[in-house]
Amino acid sequence: MLLNQFLLLAAALFCIGVYGVLVRKNGMLVLMSVELILNAVNINLVAFGALTDDVGGEVFALFTIAVAAAEVGIGLAIVLLMYRNRRSIDLSEADLMKG
Amino acid sequence: MNSVLAAVSQDADIVVAQNVFFGVIAVSMLYAAIRVVTTSNVVHAALWLVVALAGVAANFILLGSEFVAVTQVLVYIGAVVVLFLFGVMLTRASLGDDESVAQEKRSMAAVVGVLLFGVMAFALIDTWSDDRLVIDEPQQVTEVSDSIFSQYIIPFEAISVLLLAALIGAIVVARQD
Repeated sequence: MLLNQFLLLAAALFCIGVYGVLVRKNGMLVLMSVELILNAVNINLVAFGALTDDVGGEVFALFTIAVAAAEVGIGLAIVLLMYRNRRSIDLSEADLMKG
Repeated sequence: MNSVLAAVSQDADIVVAQNVFFGVIAVSMLYAAIRVVTTSNVVHAALWLVVALAGVAANFILLGSEFVAVTQVLVYIGAVVVLFLFGVMLTRASLGDDESVAQEKRSMAAVVGVLLFGVMAFALIDTWSDDRLVIDEPQQVTEVSDSIFSQYIIPFEAISVLLLAALIGAIVVARQD
C-alpha cells in the first residue's frame, strides 16, 4: 500500500468536515463535522506511525481520541445550554457579541 | 530501497487484497461523510457518522493498529454517537431544519473545501509520492502500553486531568439552577 492513499483519504475527509463546519447552522451538526476533522487527523497520525514503524503515532491518536471525547462532552453541554436559553440551536442566531 | 522492493514483491499477493479493501472502505467512508454534511435530518446525520467512523476504524486495522481501531469503535461509535443522539433528543425542536442556508453560502463553502483539498493533495503527492507502507505484522498492544506508561507518561497524566476537567465542566455548564 502507498502511504499517499491514506493521506489523500484523510485530506478528503478533512475537507468534507471543513465544508460541514462552514455550511451548517445547527450546532449539533457542526459538532459532527468537527468529529470528521479530528478523525482525518487520526488517520494521518496512524499512517505516519506505520511508515516510521514508531508507536508514537498510535499513542498520539489515542490522545486525540480522548481530547475529542472531552470536546464533544463540553460542546454538547454548551449546545444544550443554548437550547435551554433560546429554544433554538441555530448558530447564526448566536450573535450577542457581534460588533 | 532494495529491502523495500523485496518486501513488496514478497507479499505482493496480499497487497492486492489490501488495496481492494482500501478502495471499498474509502468510497463508502467518503460517501457517508458527504451524507453527514449534506443530509437535512439530524438523526440521519448521526447514523451516517457511524458509517464514517467505522470506516476510519477499518483504516486503522489496515494500518496494523488494532488497539486504536478497538478504541475508536468503543469511544466513537459506542459513546460519542450515543451522546449525539441524546443531544438530538434533548434539543428536539431543531429536527430537520438547516434547509434555510443560502445557496451562495453553500457554494462558497464548497469552493473553500475543494481548494483546500487541491492544495493539500498537491503537497502530499509532491512530497510522499513513492513512500510505501509495508505492514507485515500488527503493532503489539504491549508496545503501545509500555510507551504510554514510560515515554508518554506526562501527556497521559495531562489527558487524565483534562478529561476530569471536561467532566466537571460539562456538569457545571449543563446544570439546571
